[in-house]
Amino acid sequence: MKHAWWKLLGILLLLYSIIMGILGPVPALPIVHETIRNVYFHVPMWFAMFTLYSISVIYSIKYLSTSNPQDDLVAVESVNVGIVFCIFGLLSGMLWANFTWGDPWPNDPKLNGSAIATLMYLAYLVLRNALEEEQKRAKISAVYNVFAFPIMIVLMYILPKTTDSLHPGAGGNSGFGQFDLDGSMKAVLYPASLGWILIGIWLMTLRYRIRRLEYKHYAAVE
Amino acid sequence: MSLLKEVKALIHKDIVLEWRSKYALNGILLYVVSTVFVCYQAFKSVDPTTWNALFWIILLFASVNAINKSFVQESRGRQLYYYTLASAKAVILSKIIYNILMMLLLSAIAYLVYGIIFRNPLGDPALYLVTVLLGSTGFACVFTMVSGISAKAGNNSTLMAILSFPIIIPLLLVLIKVSKNAMNGLDRSASYDELVVLVAINMMTIAISLLLFPYLWRD
Repeated sequence: MKHAWWKLLGILLLLYSIIMGILGPVPALPIVHETIRNVYFHVPMWFAMFTLYSISVIYSIKYLSTSNPQDDLVAVESVNVGIVFCIFGLLSGMLWANFTWGDPWPNDPKLNGSAIATLMYLAYLVLRNALEEEQKRAKISAVYNVFAFPIMIVLMYILPKTTDSLHPGAGGNSGFGQFDLDGSMKAVLYPASLGWILIGIWLMTLRYRIRRLEYKHYAAVE
Repeated sequence: MSLLKEVKALIHKDIVLEWRSKYALNGILLYVVSTVFVCYQAFKSVDPTTWNALFWIILLFASVNAINKSFVQESRGRQLYYYTLASAKAVILSKIIYNILMMLLLSAIAYLVYGIIFRNPLGDPALYLVTVLLGSTGFACVFTMVSGISAKAGNNSTLMAILSFPIIIPLLLVLIKVSKNAMNGLDRSASYDELVVLVAINMMTIAISLLLFPYLWRD
């Protein structure tokens, strides 16, 4: 229980962000109106996804230098949980886009970039399934993961900034920061992001521990 | 400077091997020309945007087919032999350079054939050619590494497509934008940023390939 403080912190932060996100004060803006509250749920998904993919790439590099199978398990489970957050990010974004832009999927570089990045990580999982031998699978997928990570950053965070985009924070648009005069939104957004990141890491460690038990079980049976 | 010597010897070996059989080169050339011709027959005349997109799609598939073979054509025994002779960095560098040379030739011919058969006025042909050459270099860099990965995973061509298409999309988007600028004859200063991005992507892919290939190569 002593080491579980960050899990509790994650739950508390989430509770705080849900209550304050729904009840707290928000700036009154045209077009977005009350849907601005979605920023507390949509943005943290991407923060959590990015953190998990970063953990994954770190453990892939670690695997390449140590060849410890547990590092590979952490890498793959981070991607597994990261993809879930990515899908929730896309869904919450589509809901928001349907309300503000009138179309769940307008042809926009930010949206297409994130969809393609998702495809890339799904390809990583397909690659793992295509390989039978354990060590080979771990090594080749680690190489692909390191190769794909910088391209994910280019797709999601660099290219949308250089072209025209509807999305706030891309294509010369500003984020919501400039409307947040008294910092009341930041006071919810940052804790919410931290909370979702902690929950994401918790989910990852749970899945990792299950995988490790399975791994040990099979090793013992053989 | 043994790395340079190794790279030179390996590229020489690749070119001689290709020149003896001329199988891949002729096959790909025929592929490009026939695809261009099929597109011409199917479309007759198209608007400039489609013309541009069609050219990049033809080039994309031609390069996937050309580079897919780069690690497959050699048997396991021979790869083991290279492993004892040369370092992994020399192997990947020689493959990348060889594929770049092949793609430059291929894309120049494709550009020529496409331009002649499928007439379309270009605003700035020189810039368009530069884009095509930079693009084919980028395709060669990315696909060489991916074909190395998919060759280790059992030479599955479906896998090659799944792995490489999402990775190539950022490059392709930038390429289509620059080539469209060139086609419309915009001022060259409008495309400098994108050209820098293209060069940066190429450098980045080569650097990552050099770092990662030694792990892939060792079995």
